[in-house]
Amino acid sequence: MSDAVIRTVALTRDYPMGGEVVRALRGVDLEIPRNEFVAIMGPSGSGKSTLMNLIGCLDTPSSGQYWLAGLEVSRMTDDELARVRNQQIGFVFQTFNLLPRASSLHNVELPLVYAGMKAKERRERAERALAAVGLGDRMSHKPAELSGGQRQRVAIARALVTEPSIILADEPTGNLDSTTSEEIMKVFEELHRTRGQTIVMVTHEADIAHHAERVVTLHDGRISSDRQKAA
Amino acid sequence: MPLFEAVVLALGTIRAQKLKSFFSLIGAFIGVMFLIAVVSIVKGMDKYVQEDFAAKIFGINTFTVSRRPEVQFGDVTDATRRAWRRRPQLYEEDFAAIRAALPSQYLVAIESNNQVEGVAGTRSSSYIQVSGVSDDLFKIRDYKVESGRIFSTEEITHGMPVVVIGRDVADSFFTGMDPVGKTLRLAGFPFTVVGVIEKQGTVFGISLDRFAIAPYSSEIKKVVNPHKVVDDIIVKAGTLDSMKIAQDVVQSVMRSRHHLRPAEDNDFSMTTQDDVLSFWGKISSVLYTALPLLVGVSLVVGGIVIMNIMLMAVAERTREIGIRKSLGARRRDILAQFLVESATLSTTGAVAGILAGLALARLVKAVSPLPMGISPSSIVIGLLLGVGVGVIAGVYPASRAAKLDPVVALRFE
Repeated sequence: MSDAVIRTVALTRDYPMGGEVVRALRGVDLEIPRNEFVAIMGPSGSGKSTLMNLIGCLDTPSSGQYWLAGLEVSRMTDDELARVRNQQIGFVFQTFNLLPRASSLHNVELPLVYAGMKAKERRERAERALAAVGLGDRMSHKPAELSGGQRQRVAIARALVTEPSIILADEPTGNLDSTTSEEIMKVFEELHRTRGQTIVMVTHEADIAHHAERVVTLHDGRISSDRQKAA
Repeated sequence: MPLFEAVVLALGTIRAQKLKSFFSLIGAFIGVMFLIAVVSIVKGMDKYVQEDFAAKIFGINTFTVSRRPEVQFGDVTDATRRAWRRRPQLYEEDFAAIRAALPSQYLVAIESNNQVEGVAGTRSSSYIQVSGVSDDLFKIRDYKVESGRIFSTEEITHGMPVVVIGRDVADSFFTGMDPVGKTLRLAGFPFTVVGVIEKQGTVFGISLDRFAIAPYSSEIKKVVNPHKVVDDIIVKAGTLDSMKIAQDVVQSVMRSRHHLRPAEDNDFSMTTQDDVLSFWGKISSVLYTALPLLVGVSLVVGGIVIMNIMLMAVAERTREIGIRKSLGARRRDILAQFLVESATLSTTGAVAGILAGLALARLVKAVSPLPMGISPSSIVIGLLLGVGVGVIAGVYPASRAAKLDPVVALRFE
């Protein structure tokens, strides 16, 4: 089990809503080994976004435990979580979430800034990450000057640049047309194949989930199915 | 994030939102501009009053006996003015009595002034300051003769029609020639120019060289004062201490001449350079008291504006904050980012204010005779205030930004 990059035990998350308590997650036990490409599926309201926030250390569970790369993160403080996000997790969002006024290069450098890396090294690494996603010639472009697919590649480069334990992609193709979606999925597959990058992807589209090796389906805050794709 | 990068980032944000930034700068700008301008103007006046004005007009270790005070302090009531008008005149006999009471190392002189028309050949000019004086005046004023000579005790005794003129008078009546020996008619009376005094310069933009000085006993007495009346009796001592002794002597001489009883106040005035300086000291202390208030109000208003702008910025950039947090920014990173931004805003305003304040002081220097007293400490204070206002105004917005929940912030549209 030591090879599991993600391990959750009886993870729950409740949200107080008015007088009631919404139980978004009702005890999730999930183990994701290193180098796996996992899709988390489920209809809206199934708790997949909540799970994604917990896995991404953006939120803390109401109960249960969560180890990320061997670290118990379920009881960490805000600043410790920030450090874990910085070092262990690379986010790719549906809406890209790039800083609009910054160039591609600067966007990709940003996590390294918070890691406290020196400017020169930062730049070199950001350039390499952008080259790896095929945007070596778009470094000084701002997000508005890029297509949706290119923006998502910048976001992937930003996720990669810290060499995180996992890349966490939240509906990464949700804002893209089907051709571009395929391109982006190829980038993920490529990262997974050539670098052995662990990827956790939340999606509600079956044909996107199809790219993953394993599909975990959530229903009403619990895992309802967990299927390994035939090799 | 290192400070330098944070400042670069903040400057980028400021550039991107020019109008908004302009409004947030303006409070710090105005406050610091006032600070710099007022301090350098007041310091300039300070220097001016002490080094030029008081010394040139009144002289060092010198006091003037006159019917009314030479400088009037603060508000003078009508009753006081009426009392001054009821005071007795000073006479030539008072001068003689004071002269007789003081040892010979003291310089004592009469000076009576008026403005009259002067005519020489075809040229005429109104507003020449004419003085009827006794001979010590030249020594008291430290007037140096540029050409010719001053008039002699002899000429004063006989009331000879001789006159010593200032540089401006020489230039305007006798352009390009030596005025010595020429005739200058003052208020119709002919006077022979015997000397020209070298240039004295200006005080508050007013030339000190538009004068004509004649023996008090000459025909000039008919234009400056009624018979035997004098305006001022000026006493100059060698040291401050001896001046104080002389003031006591003059006071008792004048009191006995005016038959004042011990309980009665002086019915004459004695003015020294110190009176002028203390008068100025009062004015400048009022300015210096009002200044922090003025600067404080602008800075408080400026701080509130900055706080509001920063609160708006935090609200508008909630998503950016979410993104930064998701990428590993800690609370203190976000806090520092917004604090640096708000401090950069106000410091930019303060720097612009310093430049504008200096420009303002320079302008005052250009259009008035006042020198400019730049004080490095006021520049440093201005800068510190700028940074301080920004940091203080930024604390609340920045801590709101830092405390944002990344999940909520990322969902923000």
